[in-house]
Amino acid sequence: MTSSVLPTPAHTIGPFHGHALPFPGGGDVAPEGHPDAITVHGQVLDGAGAPVPDALLEFWGPGPDGEPPRATGALRRDPATGGFLGRDGIRFTGFGRVPADADGRWAVRTLRPGARGRGAPYLGVCVFARGLTHHLFTRVYLPEPTARLAADPLLTSLAPERRATLVADAEPRGTYRFDIHLQGAAETTFLEFT
Amino acid sequence: MTLTQTDVDREMALRRAAYEKALAAGAAPVHHPARDYPPYRSSALRHPKRPPVSVAVRYDPEAVELTSPAFGATDVTELDNDLTRQHPGEPLGERITVSGRLLDRAGRPVRGQLIEIWQANASGRYAHRHDRHPAPLDPHFTGVGRTLTGDDGGYTFTTVKPGPYPWRNHTNAWRPAHIHFSLFGTAFTQRLVTQMYFPGDPLLAHDPVLQSVTDAAARRRLVAAYDHALSRPEQSLGHRWDIVLDGPAATWTGETR
Repeated sequence: MTSSVLPTPAHTIGPFHGHALPFPGGGDVAPEGHPDAITVHGQVLDGAGAPVPDALLEFWGPGPDGEPPRATGALRRDPATGGFLGRDGIRFTGFGRVPADADGRWAVRTLRPGARGRGAPYLGVCVFARGLTHHLFTRVYLPEPTARLAADPLLTSLAPERRATLVADAEPRGTYRFDIHLQGAAETTFLEFT
Repeated sequence: MTLTQTDVDREMALRRAAYEKALAAGAAPVHHPARDYPPYRSSALRHPKRPPVSVAVRYDPEAVELTSPAFGATDVTELDNDLTRQHPGEPLGERITVSGRLLDRAGRPVRGQLIEIWQANASGRYAHRHDRHPAPLDPHFTGVGRTLTGDDGGYTFTTVKPGPYPWRNHTNAWRPAHIHFSLFGTAFTQRLVTQMYFPGDPLLAHDPVLQSVTDAAARRRLVAAYDHALSRPEQSLGHRWDIVLDGPAATWTGETR
């Protein structure tokens, strides 16, 4: 890539985005009744182990076929009222946005991502919070299929304890747990794209 | 110990000086803020201590982060970029137009992508329940807008100039007037949330959020320019602010949405 223009610096999202960025159905990415729906949930924690209630998380993942969706309509607006219509329950946009609650907890229901290339299936994640001057990227890898995980270029490049922070824990009924530690012994592995 | 503005100014000056020294010694410019920036107190427990792991996209061309969510006509209404027309009455404050272009690192326009903004009202108060600054709320101003960029990457918002407001980073801390921006590119890697400032604001030099960007030229890129050509007669004063997204994108560029 030629880089002839200098970038605009990032800034913190600050504490007062809760009336601006979240939208109804932001975490309900999976079309209604879809058999490949999964739930991913967790908690955002700071370096003292305290919840981060003002975090905002975004998720971007491919469909079960591994292809990134092209559908629009994640945050459909209502021109009549100026409010939100919510998702149509049919189209899969692949984009989720969820604010952490007062306990730092969040949940997103989306379609099980398909594998791409040699890699294991994952959801891309972007983390924003007050006090975080520059957003953080990470990935939620699903714990199966294990053969895919063992062949994933990123995961295999990491020490076992760093790799473990990127792999969600399976829970019953298609639910996965993925805590995000901004700092500390269990600090999540964060990524930069170059 | 009570932390004063003088203490914070000193801390920020030391960090700027260390950065300038490194730059003079040949270090590469750093365009983004350090995640560990002690003058901004809230960063203390919220920055990772380990460096991020590099994902070199030329070796990982299938990374889903090289693609981006799509937004379209259903995701914005025609009034969403005019924050002065969201309520039955007129908001108080100095009416402004903010306009510019969304570009990538190669200077190419980023077309058809979502820009969201949010801001305090003219008195410096957000329409957010946690904002306890005892400045008046404005029943005619929510301070939230969105738009899609045009074919030239262009965007325009009409709003009122936000007021500065106090915060509790240190004693007598005040944020300069700013508008929060959220931007999407053609790749999720280009995702950006930032803040736009106004020219000539005396608070800029004293703000740990802005000064967390230690590169002087990069800080200047966060300040809009007054542009009389964007001012509208009898209506609003114009400010120009172009935004450049960082991060690698896929090599294909011909597609528009």
